[in-house]
Amino acid sequence: MFKKSIALLVVMMLLVGLMAGCAQKAPEQPQPTAPAEEEKTEMTVGFVTDIGGIDDRSFNQGTYEGIKKYADEKGWTEGQEYKYIQSNEEADYIPNLSAFGDETYNLVIAAGFLFENAMKEVAPQYPDTNFAIIDTVIDSPNVASVVFAEEQGSFLVGVAAAKATKTKKVGFVGGMDFPLIRKFHAGFVAGVHAVDKSIQVVDQYAGDFGNPGAGQQIASTMYAQGVDVIYHAAGGTGNGVINEAKNRVENGEAVWVIGVDKDQYEDGKMADGKSVVLTSMMKRVDVAAYSMMEAQEKGQFPGGTTTTLDLKVDGVGIPAENPNLAADVVTEINSFKDKIVGGEIVVPTTMEELTTFEASL
Amino acid sequence: MDFMQIISIILPLTLASAAPIIAASLGGLFSERSGVVNVGLEGLMMIGAFTAATTTVLVEASMGAMSPWIGILTGIMAGGLLSIIHAYVSINLRADQVISGTAINLLAGGMTIYLAQIIFKQQRTVAFLYGIKKQDIPVLSQIPVLGKLFFGKVHLTSYLIILTVFIVWYVVYKTPFGLRLRAVGEHPGAADSMGINVYRMRYIGVILSGMLAGLGGSIMVLTQDIQYTYATIHGTGFIALAALIFGKWHPIGVLLAGLFFGFSQALGVVAYQIPLLNKLPQEFFWAFPYILTVIALVIFSGKAVGPKAAGQPYEKGER
Repeated sequence: MFKKSIALLVVMMLLVGLMAGCAQKAPEQPQPTAPAEEEKTEMTVGFVTDIGGIDDRSFNQGTYEGIKKYADEKGWTEGQEYKYIQSNEEADYIPNLSAFGDETYNLVIAAGFLFENAMKEVAPQYPDTNFAIIDTVIDSPNVASVVFAEEQGSFLVGVAAAKATKTKKVGFVGGMDFPLIRKFHAGFVAGVHAVDKSIQVVDQYAGDFGNPGAGQQIASTMYAQGVDVIYHAAGGTGNGVINEAKNRVENGEAVWVIGVDKDQYEDGKMADGKSVVLTSMMKRVDVAAYSMMEAQEKGQFPGGTTTTLDLKVDGVGIPAENPNLAADVVTEINSFKDKIVGGEIVVPTTMEELTTFEASL
Repeated sequence: MDFMQIISIILPLTLASAAPIIAASLGGLFSERSGVVNVGLEGLMMIGAFTAATTTVLVEASMGAMSPWIGILTGIMAGGLLSIIHAYVSINLRADQVISGTAINLLAGGMTIYLAQIIFKQQRTVAFLYGIKKQDIPVLSQIPVLGKLFFGKVHLTSYLIILTVFIVWYVVYKTPFGLRLRAVGEHPGAADSMGINVYRMRYIGVILSGMLAGLGGSIMVLTQDIQYTYATIHGTGFIALAALIFGKWHPIGVLLAGLFFGFSQALGVVAYQIPLLNKLPQEFFWAFPYILTVIALVIFSGKAVGPKAAGQPYEKGER
């Protein structure tokens, strides 16, 4: 009896092994036929989101809006020419990117530095597919990297901060301390000091993008010392900064927050309908996605290179509507924008460049 | 910054970050005292925070400034409801309590985001207009010097939580109910032989823990955040669990441990703004709360002994 069951077990294992072997080979077989079918449609675009999903009111949503805009102009339908897959956890990034590669999509888009490692691993395995990554740089012949001139957008909100401060003290709250966030930091300080060199800028990094409590504590400490405008480049940690500002405004203090990545005006709304968000430094990921699709269709896909979207192409900037900014402040911001676009002002991207920039003021 | 200013900044911050930890930790106390380990505090806080934020957003048009308080009430109920799953699985089905608690954490993380998607069509709740605001506590804030320091511009909820600590202490140590609860957690067989319904006591313990963790989560989202996101709780439930052990399963110990964790977090943030100290690298300040915790554990840890029967399912009639 015992021997029999062992034998049965071995047979079962062999069978399972055989089936597994088949399953692994299976995806390779349809591959030669798949491109023939794909040739009928002009172009296929796949989009992989991170855990935020396409309606996160942030990067994923912005990217998807760009894709949708292009698709609508071309009369494409979702599920045919373009499709998105949502990642439910970090472990999904690689399988999701690979899924589009397996279906030999022409262009696969992902947004956010979270995709850096996954894209690095997947892209070389599908040389016939073009990949576009937004907001980070990957060096691979079939990957186009799109980054933003965050320092230029931050410069503009720095101008807004300098115009808004009454105490001549403004603050910067960073998420984690690495070169990307330093770009925000350097550009912001440069913008503030371009308006008024005597304004003091205090800064602190939370060490975390997802800790509202820490954001609140840092903001509270800064406001208590007389800072009245804080620019945050800290993601979820920035929620705490906004909370603290709301608290203080409702207790009669006059303080502001400057939002990041998207228009955060709604996030700062209080009971009286006013918002503590002065303005926001927007990264136009929709512009990024749109431009990559356009390049792909024109056959000019910038694989292996990095495209920087700056003020010239409106890749960064303040929102179209700024209820908390006076008209003359907007005019001044626009005149600085023209100077940056014209090359008259070169905005620093590192703390070293900032030192040189400040010396030149 | 002079010394008084530093103190006046750190005190409210300490209270604000300690309150959710203490609330959830008291929840853990009820559960573990009844003999059920509850590592699901994090998840229970999430569901509480999500429910509180959602309710606040949904009722604020009609209820105005009352809405966060209604939010807290529903947050407490949601935590209590979700904990029934943990209670059923670990008391009736006698499953491994750590696994059941972990399942609660995973479930809550996914479920809150999923529900937010359904209700708000985005992966987080809409930002609420009315949170719990800092305010001067009436009368107490009029005390000269100390009044402003301790009771000026603080969240009322922080003091309600501290009051709760003493209520819990009274309930657990001075009432027949508390005695039964502790008996069930120490030696359920003996308690059963004295006619105490072990299952019922444990159910009450776990549900109370869910309600208190839900309260902690509600306070956390309404005092620190502007909406519920996946990052709102960010591990506070586990810190609460640590505070429970650090506080030796005693309400006053939990209070002190919670205040200590809150204080070390606040000090880490504020210290960076103190002129001389800010010459040190930022990494030092990020590690600061944890270094302080390790040092405190070394100094104050004696034997941390939990309730004897915690973690063991009780089977009637077993020897």
